[in-house]
Amino acid sequence: MSDFSVTAASRPQKWIAGILVIGYALITILPLLWIIATGFKSPSDAIAYPPKIVFEPTLEGYVNLFTTRTRQTAEFLAENPPQTWYEAIVAKYDMTIVGPSRFGERFMNSVIIGFGSTFLSVFLGTLAAYAFSRFRIPLKDDLMFFILSTRMMPPIAVAIPIFLMFRSLGLSDTHAGMIMLYTAVNLSLSVWLLKGFIDEIPREYEEAALIDGYTRFQAFTKVVLPQAATGIASTAIFCLIFAWNEYAFAVLLTSGTAQTAPPFIPTIIGVGGQDWPAVAAGATIFLLPVVVFTILLRKHLLRGITFGAVRK
Amino acid sequence: MSNSAIERAAAATPPGVARKIRGLSDRAIAWIFVGPSIFLLLAVNIFPLIWTIRLSFTNYRVNRPNAEVQNVGLRNYERILTDTDIWETMQATAHFLFWTIALQVLFGFALAWLINKKFRGDNFWTTVIVLPMMLSPAVVGNFWTFLYQPQIGLFNYVVGFLSGADPSSFSMIGEVSLAPWAIVIVDTWMWTPFVMLICLAGLRSIPTSIYEAAECDRASPWRQFWTITVPMVLPFLMLAVLFRGIENFKMFDLVVQLTGGGPGSTTELTSINLKREAFEKWRTGYASAYAIILFVTVFGLASIYVKALNKVKER
Repeated sequence: MSDFSVTAASRPQKWIAGILVIGYALITILPLLWIIATGFKSPSDAIAYPPKIVFEPTLEGYVNLFTTRTRQTAEFLAENPPQTWYEAIVAKYDMTIVGPSRFGERFMNSVIIGFGSTFLSVFLGTLAAYAFSRFRIPLKDDLMFFILSTRMMPPIAVAIPIFLMFRSLGLSDTHAGMIMLYTAVNLSLSVWLLKGFIDEIPREYEEAALIDGYTRFQAFTKVVLPQAATGIASTAIFCLIFAWNEYAFAVLLTSGTAQTAPPFIPTIIGVGGQDWPAVAAGATIFLLPVVVFTILLRKHLLRGITFGAVRK
Repeated sequence: MSNSAIERAAAATPPGVARKIRGLSDRAIAWIFVGPSIFLLLAVNIFPLIWTIRLSFTNYRVNRPNAEVQNVGLRNYERILTDTDIWETMQATAHFLFWTIALQVLFGFALAWLINKKFRGDNFWTTVIVLPMMLSPAVVGNFWTFLYQPQIGLFNYVVGFLSGADPSSFSMIGEVSLAPWAIVIVDTWMWTPFVMLICLAGLRSIPTSIYEAAECDRASPWRQFWTITVPMVLPFLMLAVLFRGIENFKMFDLVVQLTGGGPGSTTELTSINLKREAFEKWRTGYASAYAIILFVTVFGLASIYVKALNKVKER
């Protein structure tokens, strides 16, 4: 149909547009592909000059990421030959594995804090968004703006009193503290996004249910919630991505037990500086879920990143 | 809608309980639903803010809990506003803000405009372009230090390959003249898709009938672009700039991982500078005043800008 329209782009125009956009896309994706590739390089291939595009893939980076190792003498290694493939990889560098690294723990912290705070912020956000969408609340616009404004504060500025508060409440470096903090930070996003989604559900559905004898609460759980399911799911993914990626609070308020992966990954060091294949392996594992979620979220992406200000 | 089960349940409920559930007026439900969120935000945002304001008038230091805390009035504010280091920090932030926003608007709009030509596979490539902005800035920023390594870094290699310069002759994050650009490049790489997506929504909101009418009036494509496309996308573009402005004013994670504020203090943006005052020098009172000044600045600039945005929308 558009082929006959006077306003549609002509064939050569489309070609030029396509080539330029694909060119940009290839450049922009290159650093990400480089992360994935570096994860499969040996340390010497990773820092080779010129940078190696073709290389022999190895799992050294992943083995180094998940283990802590110690240097051994040649005699010790001769007496204790490697039993498994990963021990063999380490043995090439005259080392043996002495235990797991902290990466697994840090990754699990990211999962616990990410999912915990996402659940809470979506739960609280859904309730608040429904009330803001359907009821007359005094100072509604001011309250909504107040909720949004909490997101404008630089995290470092908020971190000073939160640091003191957590210290006096014994919440420093705890999962509970981080979950509470991320829930609060994500509330603005979840209330604003969900209000948009709930606004789009016609009121008539609930009114019909109320006339049928449902209570307001039943109308909410049985009529509105199922209708808002997609909106709730995409809001949840946005909250999860935020909590997953967050760095400033994590680096200031956690150190050992509750530290998440973002402050940890840059600290992975090997012999003489950062162990780039291990860092890249950690980054790959850490970034991949977000890539998958982004692809799933395509349709609601714009809405999520603008707090619902722009809807397609 | 079948509700027989609910009717039966309603009939079976003792009248007292039913009245209690039903008795929850809409107003009560509204407060029960909104209350917890407001409470949490008060506890985690407003209470700390008030605490920060109080601390900002004192000389309190976290690392000296036994020292006497004195009320110093407005001295912290005075010292910050007259401190030349902080003005340098502000200048670095301004440079970063100006160039990231300018480049992101330029590339973002251009990309959106091209994607809107609707070539085959445009959806796929849009998703590819969007990926960087969803990723953890700290993790990605850290990896960019590897790409920026002299000689072995991919970035230096590609630049050297294209320009003929020796890839080991320059260090993006190690040189005073290049570091401010190193952070601009990574932020632009990461956030151009954000501006692009918003512009794309703007472009798609323009009804084709307007272009058809312009076509009938024999308006040149150039004229159509400046009199239809640009004004119609402008409110969207301004919204994108607002978001990027606030976010980049707060910028911490990406830059702290990339340069750590260095070399010297050339890329020490306000948030990094504040972190240094608050969590390395432990000047808590002073840093609190600093935080308040930053917050008022963001809030003030954002409100002025939102007013301007609303004016553009009304036109």
